[in-house]
Amino acid sequence: MSEVFVTALLELADDHLVLGHRLSEWCGHAPMLEEDLALPNMALDLIGAARGLYAYAGSIEGNGRGEDDLAYLRGEREYLNCLLVERENGDFAQTMLRQLYFAGFMEPYWQAAMASRDETLRGIAAKAVKEVAYHIRHAAEWVVRLGDGTEESARHMAEAVEELHRFTDELFLSSPAAAAAEAAGLLPARAEMRGAWEATLRAVFAEARLDWPDAVWPQKGGREGAHGEGLGHLLAEMQSLHRAHPGAVW
Amino acid sequence: MAEATALWEVFIRPRNGLSHRHVGSLHAADEVMALQAARDVYTRRGEGNSIWVVPSSAITASDPDHADEMFEPTADKIYRHPTFYEIPDEVGHM
Repeated sequence: MSEVFVTALLELADDHLVLGHRLSEWCGHAPMLEEDLALPNMALDLIGAARGLYAYAGSIEGNGRGEDDLAYLRGEREYLNCLLVERENGDFAQTMLRQLYFAGFMEPYWQAAMASRDETLRGIAAKAVKEVAYHIRHAAEWVVRLGDGTEESARHMAEAVEELHRFTDELFLSSPAAAAAEAAGLLPARAEMRGAWEATLRAVFAEARLDWPDAVWPQKGGREGAHGEGLGHLLAEMQSLHRAHPGAVW
Repeated sequence: MAEATALWEVFIRPRNGLSHRHVGSLHAADEVMALQAARDVYTRRGEGNSIWVVPSSAITASDPDHADEMFEPTADKIYRHPTFYEIPDEVGHM
């Protein structure tokens, strides 16, 4: 059981680290100072959750791999994040919609994880659940304002839906490792989050005057390490310092 | 983008029992976004547990040209400062 639990924890940790890194790419580039602080704020929440998950996965694994080894010394094919979180930032509408899709999933997930059989995971969930509630609130306010804003902002928002909606189905799919950890009561069942996710998203879409896409071609593969081109570039930048100076610390 | 949005004044209450203090200002499209931005900009280091945001346009400010008539007359009323009273030690912090 411990081996599949480690894999399932890495999937979760990779989701958070990759999305956290994507948000950090906005630092210094956001459209206004207020968002320049808000986006890295969310990035730090996500990276903080990733650190806890990596450290815990490493300790269960018992091979001496710590959070830095897991984050910086695995290649693209070894990363197990879902495809949604690695998508390029695109414009501000895409960044906010991607955040809403992910946070809308993680909120019920962390809620359910607070009833896990695993005490450490319950602790990580209790901290993350408050952070993710704010991520939903912040991203939803922007999606509503852009979707129900000007003609141009509404067009960007509609394009973001078209670009990203096909990556949401993978959120609800459990890898064999995750399914085993779910059956053992260690992790919440991903498929069970769909009702809560859809309720959150549909309410925001209605307020934002966005059409809910009925026919999309779902994309998956991240949990098997089959990623898009963007992840390699992301990891190259994120890992370069550690690979050039192994063990570097502040 | 900042030019297109209104200016807001931010007030933070550091602890229960204290009053809200002005900490700065920010740009936001409306009051909901202003509150979120205030949280992100001004409470990053645990500065408080309550936030007020007020449209800057709602503030009426004193005219610097009237400073003499507004503030000068208090300058010679030093007896209003509580430095002439001796506070017994038993009172403690006031």
